[in-house]
Amino acid sequence: MSHVLSAGRRALTDTGEARGTLIDGIDVRTRIVVAVAFAIVMVSLQDLAVLTTGLLAAFFLMLSARLPVARTLKRMAMMDSFIIFLIAMLPFTVPGDAMFTVFGFPASWQGLRQAAEIALTANAVILALMALVGSTEPVTLGHALRRLMVPEKLIYLLMFTVRYVDVLQQEYQRLRMAMKARGFRPSNNRHTYRSVGYLVGMMLVRAIERSERILGAMKCRGFTGRMPLFDTLAFTYRDAVFATGVTVFLACLIGAQAIR
Amino acid sequence: MSELIALSDIHFAYPSGPPVLKGVDMCLMPGERLCIGGHNGAGKSTLLHIIVGLLRPSRGRITAFGAPRREEKDFHEVRCRAGFVFQDPDDQLFCPTVAEDIAFGPLNLGKSRDEAMAIVDEVLERLDLVSFRDRITHKLSGGEKRLVTLAAVLAMEPEVLLLDEPTNALDVDNKARLKEILLSLPQAMILVSHDHRFRGDVSTRTVVMSHGRLVERDMHCTATDETG
Repeated sequence: MSHVLSAGRRALTDTGEARGTLIDGIDVRTRIVVAVAFAIVMVSLQDLAVLTTGLLAAFFLMLSARLPVARTLKRMAMMDSFIIFLIAMLPFTVPGDAMFTVFGFPASWQGLRQAAEIALTANAVILALMALVGSTEPVTLGHALRRLMVPEKLIYLLMFTVRYVDVLQQEYQRLRMAMKARGFRPSNNRHTYRSVGYLVGMMLVRAIERSERILGAMKCRGFTGRMPLFDTLAFTYRDAVFATGVTVFLACLIGAQAIR
Repeated sequence: MSELIALSDIHFAYPSGPPVLKGVDMCLMPGERLCIGGHNGAGKSTLLHIIVGLLRPSRGRITAFGAPRREEKDFHEVRCRAGFVFQDPDDQLFCPTVAEDIAFGPLNLGKSRDEAMAIVDEVLERLDLVSFRDRITHKLSGGEKRLVTLAAVLAMEPEVLLLDEPTNALDVDNKARLKEILLSLPQAMILVSHDHRFRGDVSTRTVVMSHGRLVERDMHCTATDETG
């Protein structure tokens, strides 16, 4: 066990993201509100040039938050894999001028346009979210959401997930190791499916039992349904400057959309 | 050479941690019950994980059942021939019922469902655990879990047993029962334990993990004989 104790594990509040960046100095609440506003504006835009400007702005945010570019874009691509079917199907399902046909199904220019709109919007929003909200410490995010009047139950859910996801991960790894030690090698057969099913089932049962033990331990320390959350959030002039800048930019986007 | 397992000059460190093992040499002969003692965090469990290839040493040679073992493929065979009883029984039991958990190993060895079930009954009978057959694994007591994990490993008919702190959380009765079972088994075994008395009762040879190495020690000697 000594390696666990002495390896200098990251603190729970440490996201490993860069410090002292432009984004880092801005209050988390401002960042959340700005990210939500940005998302709403992006969804309401239709012009491809304006949308591209929004995407570029999101790129700029990513760079100024000093997120690792390759890893962030990989995450963005993972999100894209969820909508790839929608985007691939749209040209075939939207009626309009035929571009080409596949097995007798026409692909329309209008559909392609809509697909491009969705792809630009989704990627811009996810990039902005990762740059603004994803770079915060999970615990700080919880504090900020609390101050933004998000229901406490949801915040506790977030906090407990942050705290215990690692514990579950370790439990999973230990069980997998023990299975391996008894000669288990996954392949495509019933034995494998059954065993993996048992593994998942056992993790669920243990998670429920663990949660009951944790609740018991919390009750023993006087828990009555509320957790004290201490935070040091404060608005500064930087928040005002940042919020104003973003508002002006978003207004420009809306204006450009209106003109076209 | 007739040794079952031989380690030579094993070095190991966990990622971003200090070295845990610094040149371990060890061999296990047939019929031997080798006990490994040592402080918490001395690297005893790590050593067992290395023998079955769940961890890979940064340096050193592992020979098991007459062949050098280097890759995952080699270690799969080691895991099928050496039964590993984990420190925490909860890490090992994951099937809903005792019978299914015991059948898991034999099924991995390619036995049919019927053959596996026959093995389950035979092993439970041998360890006098027949009444446990259809119990729910996560509702067993700590001592019961320990005995079932041992049964699950014995069901694979291993040539060597590796036991990591088998007496953890066992009461006097269960400890005596475990001792009786271990002494009745013909297999060679490596026992990691810091329970002095248990080691003395069971072992044929005792070594101590100290400063990342194994040091031979007379099992009745209590003086700390640490030559790093």
